[in-house]
Amino acid sequence: MTMPMYVSPEQLMKDRADFARKGIARGRSVIVASYATGIAFVAENPSRTLHKVSELYDRIGFAGAGKYNEFENLRVAGIRYADMRGYSYDRSDVTARGLANAYTQTLGAIFTQESKPYEVEIAVAQVGGGQDDDQIYRLTYDGSVTEERGFVVMGGASEPIATALRERWTPALPLADVLRLAVELLGGNGEEHRELAAGDLEVAVLDRRRQRRTFRRVGGPLLDALLDGRGATQDVPTRDDSRPGLHDTLTEHDPDGATTADGPGDPAASSNPQTQRED
Amino acid sequence: MNAEHGRALPPEFLAPRGSSFTEFLRMRAPELLPGSGAGRGSDGQVDAPHGTTIVTLTFRGGVLVAGDRRATMGTFIANRDIEKVFAADDYSAVGIAGTAGTAIEIVKLFQVELEHYEKIEGTLLSLEGKANRLGAMIRGNLPNAMRGLSVLPVFAGYDLDQRVGRIFSYDVTGGCYEEQRHHSVGSGSLFARGALKKLWQEDLTEDRALHVAVEALYDAADDDSATGGPDLSRSIWPTCAVVSVDGVRFVDDEQLEALATEVVQSRRGNPGGAR
Repeated sequence: MTMPMYVSPEQLMKDRADFARKGIARGRSVIVASYATGIAFVAENPSRTLHKVSELYDRIGFAGAGKYNEFENLRVAGIRYADMRGYSYDRSDVTARGLANAYTQTLGAIFTQESKPYEVEIAVAQVGGGQDDDQIYRLTYDGSVTEERGFVVMGGASEPIATALRERWTPALPLADVLRLAVELLGGNGEEHRELAAGDLEVAVLDRRRQRRTFRRVGGPLLDALLDGRGATQDVPTRDDSRPGLHDTLTEHDPDGATTADGPGDPAASSNPQTQRED
Repeated sequence: MNAEHGRALPPEFLAPRGSSFTEFLRMRAPELLPGSGAGRGSDGQVDAPHGTTIVTLTFRGGVLVAGDRRATMGTFIANRDIEKVFAADDYSAVGIAGTAGTAIEIVKLFQVELEHYEKIEGTLLSLEGKANRLGAMIRGNLPNAMRGLSVLPVFAGYDLDQRVGRIFSYDVTGGCYEEQRHHSVGSGSLFARGALKKLWQEDLTEDRALHVAVEALYDAADDDSATGGPDLSRSIWPTCAVVSVDGVRFVDDEQLEALATEVVQSRRGNPGGAR
């Protein structure tokens, strides 16, 4: 009779954690940071179709770092969870806390039970009415979850970026400043610093001034204007692009300065099928 | 029901991706599907509120859906201000006639279905794709329909490829038919269709189309006891959704009040609206 070789549980967990950490460290970093009028997601991602950042529900966004197929799996599971909860209860009953709970249990189960742990880190962020109500959760490969105040950095070289953000990030920063800070830090420091252009980035926001679906990707001339330090554009407009089609991306900017005229909850800017005329 | 608090997501959530929410529900929680209880219990008929008349017509630059506000149960008025016209997504609207409860459930599922697809795939379904999905849901309701709980929607949307408004009607078996120019469903539809035939013209403006819709609903209410006319004393006006390249917009009450009052005035001494 052959006996399986004994491996202590400590060793087993450590091996699995090392394996997952190595996988994650190979990927590029993602930053999720709260700013004056919303929450921004910034990822280094040259692909325009394979997203690292996504909408989960009305006020909840998702960001993933690590292995694409694994966090994509988690993203779809989160959308299914959120839509099912919203369908069987009410749209207001879908919360980032509930999603983070489901994710932490799922990742924990995969870490201990599957033949290989997921090599991912994910963030779930919910934008609130004010900055104090923003919630950002960070979940790692083993199912541990932390609620972070203000910002989260995940993926590759996240530690130096987090340290720099702790020094330089403040709650009242406008979107343009947060984006420029994030892009500078994502490029790395010292000799290895790379200048990241708009084309290397995936940027999205949860805009707290919007009603119902608050998630919008940011691209095109609008992103260029936001990243241009000398421009007047400090924030995304609360009005969707005028082109017909899917309204998930903002590319046009208001030449007169995007932040001016739009008050909170501009009814024309909301796309609200379910609450009908109460808008 | 779904992911009990504090437990890992069941395997269906992580299963290889499908982008249909309805199919996911069928796998995960079939009891939440509209009319899921139909198989059980006796075969008797059920008395439930019925929604009545919906009219829809195309105009230059889009399509318009309007519905009266009455729900009836036999000869009894169950609700005076029910809404039977809904936005399905940014570029389509659906109006429902038939059993109100089941219909609202189907519309709710349809709205989530379209949004779910949008979020997972990152793109909009084509207009025919949306119309076919709704057809599949109506087909799923067939067991209910055989017990008297039928739902007949009319689906109207703006086709972003062809740049026109288009109308789709359904039968109880889920058959989906594209309609030209205008269509009406519900108990008052016979009379509304007559009015639409006489009033609809090629290249209507949006304002004129709105006028035609309100007048057609007035004619339906005139001859069908289950259809509610404009209620001046309670300020209840029809629900009107305008679908165009700018998306779905619900016409606001002030405009409808002015329009309904004008139609009622013009019918004084000329109840048939002869012209």
